[in-house]
Amino acid sequence: MLREGEYRIPSGCAISGFINKDGRRVDGSAIIQSIALMQERSNGLGGGFAAYGIYPEYQDYYALHLLFEDKLSRNQVEELIKDNFYIEAEDRIPTRHVRSIGKAPLLWRYFVTPRLSKIEESQETEADFMTRLVMRINDSVNGAYVVSSGKNMGAFKGVGYPEDIGEFFRLDEYEAYSWIAHGRFPTNTPGWWGGAHPFTLLDWSVVHNGEISSYGANRRFLEMYGYKMTLQTDTEVVAYAIDLLVRRHKLPLELAARVLAAPFWQEIDRLPAAERDLYTRLRVVYGSLLMNGPFSIIAGFSGGIMALNDRIKLRPLVAGSKGATLYVASEEAAIREICPDVERVWYPQGGEPVIGRLEEESQCRLSA
Amino acid sequence: MPTLSLMPPEFSVVRDDNKCIKCLACVRQCGFDAQQYDAEDDRLYAIDANCVNCQRCVSICPAGALTIYKNPPPMRPNAHWTEGHLRNIVKQAETGGVLLTGMGNDQPFPPYFDRLLLNASQVTNPSIDPLREPMELRTYLGSRAEPVSREESKDKTRTPLVPIETPIMFSAMSYGSISHEAFESLARAAKAFGTLFNTGEGGLPEDLYEYADHAVVQVASGRFGVHAGYLNAGRVIEIKIGQGAKPGIGGHLPGEKITAPVAETRMIPEGTDALSPAPHHDIYSIEDLKQLIFTLKEATRYQKPVSVKISAVHNVAAIASGIARAGADIIAIDGFRGGTGAAPTMIRDHVGIPIELAIAAVDQRLREEGIRNRVSLVAAGGFRSSADVVKAIALGADAVYIATATLIALGCHLCQKCYTGKCSWGIATQDPYRSRRLNPEIGAERLYNLLRGWSHEIKEMLGGMGINSIESLRGNRLHLRGVGLNEVELKLLGVKHAGEAM
Repeated sequence: MLREGEYRIPSGCAISGFINKDGRRVDGSAIIQSIALMQERSNGLGGGFAAYGIYPEYQDYYALHLLFEDKLSRNQVEELIKDNFYIEAEDRIPTRHVRSIGKAPLLWRYFVTPRLSKIEESQETEADFMTRLVMRINDSVNGAYVVSSGKNMGAFKGVGYPEDIGEFFRLDEYEAYSWIAHGRFPTNTPGWWGGAHPFTLLDWSVVHNGEISSYGANRRFLEMYGYKMTLQTDTEVVAYAIDLLVRRHKLPLELAARVLAAPFWQEIDRLPAAERDLYTRLRVVYGSLLMNGPFSIIAGFSGGIMALNDRIKLRPLVAGSKGATLYVASEEAAIREICPDVERVWYPQGGEPVIGRLEEESQCRLSA
Repeated sequence: MPTLSLMPPEFSVVRDDNKCIKCLACVRQCGFDAQQYDAEDDRLYAIDANCVNCQRCVSICPAGALTIYKNPPPMRPNAHWTEGHLRNIVKQAETGGVLLTGMGNDQPFPPYFDRLLLNASQVTNPSIDPLREPMELRTYLGSRAEPVSREESKDKTRTPLVPIETPIMFSAMSYGSISHEAFESLARAAKAFGTLFNTGEGGLPEDLYEYADHAVVQVASGRFGVHAGYLNAGRVIEIKIGQGAKPGIGGHLPGEKITAPVAETRMIPEGTDALSPAPHHDIYSIEDLKQLIFTLKEATRYQKPVSVKISAVHNVAAIASGIARAGADIIAIDGFRGGTGAAPTMIRDHVGIPIELAIAAVDQRLREEGIRNRVSLVAAGGFRSSADVVKAIALGADAVYIATATLIALGCHLCQKCYTGKCSWGIATQDPYRSRRLNPEIGAERLYNLLRGWSHEIKEMLGGMGINSIESLRGNRLHLRGVGLNEVELKLLGVKHAGEAM
């Protein structure tokens, strides 16, 4: 049977996430509890988490989470890493035995910083250099896969129910200011761990519920900018699209959301002239990045999270808040499960992004 | 046609005398003198040799007394020496001329559109009902500047993009090759629907300037009717390099069609032949094209996107890439099924490549070079239905041009005799007696209906695929599957075979 990545698997899903805007770091038990409540939205063939703020002691280093199917691929990747990076620390990602989780691949993490000479040699920015390297590993090293590659963050994912995956990765031992989680219901057996969500690139991580019917158009557009779709998942194109728009084209996240879930022309036509012009240009230029078809996503990034629905809200997404914490999830129950006295609950409209960012002061405190 | 030919007539006109009421409408309306009336004998008869099977008489006969039959091929069956070849040879033996024809290539080359199938949503993603949800077909044509920033670019050399409300435009048909009535029908329908029509190379008649805002004004090698007012009036300027029906050769509108108003519009003397040279005499290479593009942009103060139309030929991808780099905003590619008012039969039937392959190759090439966003891609040449349009867009086109389909909507029955100027339907003629038959108001309504019908169908197909905007279809080849195509064809089209998963 083909492995995921060699063909495309549609999935249904549960998603959940929260951010403590005051920077308070909490362990992974709450997010596990929240995603576990929506167990019937997944089928045990994929679960995963991303956490931000978990490696304060290595916050200046890229935390590479890798999975290897065999020793050979690990050797190849380590060679590549040694060539291009200084390695500050490396270890096996700690796990504990969970009965329902099958055979796991080799899971390693490296805290690295790229060699300046290598960046100069590549004539690229540091971020582009990192992106290209990650793509190279995913694309050309058979059996190796970069699970996450951002700073002070990490993704943990595998085949199984999300609560079991959380248990497996000992997420109760990490503390993060924001957590996002995903339970997967793929229609086929993915065959390996790399296909689970979140999907990440540098600091970006995306969990996603839905099937993007515009995948072919999105993919071919992103390929023009050097992105390689190694997994053939919709989530991957969302992550790359955000990376292109926000990091490389410098669009504010709010506007990037309006590209992914663009307003209808009839709404744009009614806007005041300046806005109309801006939104027209966005749609005209980035029309191929419109994510068309049902989706709700949560995107995590350094210092924030964003939740977004497709523009006609074909998948569930609900938001809640209490104090400095913003919650987003597929179902309201998943929020109430971990925050029974939630102060405000609302259902964001299709295409309307819900964004939570660290308050400035806590941002400083965390990076200090 | 000489009185005595070695070939029997192609068609025969059969009249049911029991039904005929001798109203003589057929005699008056036949553009080719096939229907005759002998007043002395009070007898109607037909000269079969003159009949081109345009179906005018059949359609208008109030008694339904007429039928045209294709004469059974009189020759012994021969797969190599077909009837068509024999007829052509005899015709040339009689006249010594170049074989002429009208409309598009009618030979049985593989129709790729008919080897492509579309996708639809089931379970894992919902299909969208266009009757309940908005479904967007608006398309913008032109060069896209990226990245987008909040502030508008102050660059005065950026030409604005042009929106059309459906990804279907009317392709170039010049005033002169078609009647004023047909031309006006196209102009009116384009304006009413919010799309564009194309003036062709014959200029824009003075009285139709009110529709200029919906016109693609063409600049062809003959430069007929090109002046500052014309360029500035149009919405888009199109440099016509080639035409799918006759790649590599120019045009010839015979003097008989250059009536006073046509002459005035084309800015040439009445009754003279209008000859378009094969190449533009100021474009002998790509850098010359760049100069012309920027000459036209300067002349219009960078307010009009410039399109360059080429016919689909073997090296079309590299040529298109060069055109994009030369500064064009739109590239129109005309496939070998594209129509014409007049072309040498051998050229029409044997030069060029199918539009499906051309679009796929050009779109892929521009993406590989990372310049797809710099131009819009318009496909033309033989689009027969909304499904063809959807497939072309999925292969990579932004929009399509249709022309033959519009003429059929106006009454054309594809008799392929446009070059004679005798069109019984009032379309490809300058004879007022004939062209009066086409009422531009009714013509416009029929064309509007055609656009409306096709647009509805496109929305249904999009909704079925689970997308609600045409830009999510553009270049989305995952929504296509080939049937009965070989590996090379699949690779060139960039599609998987039916039965393969996503």
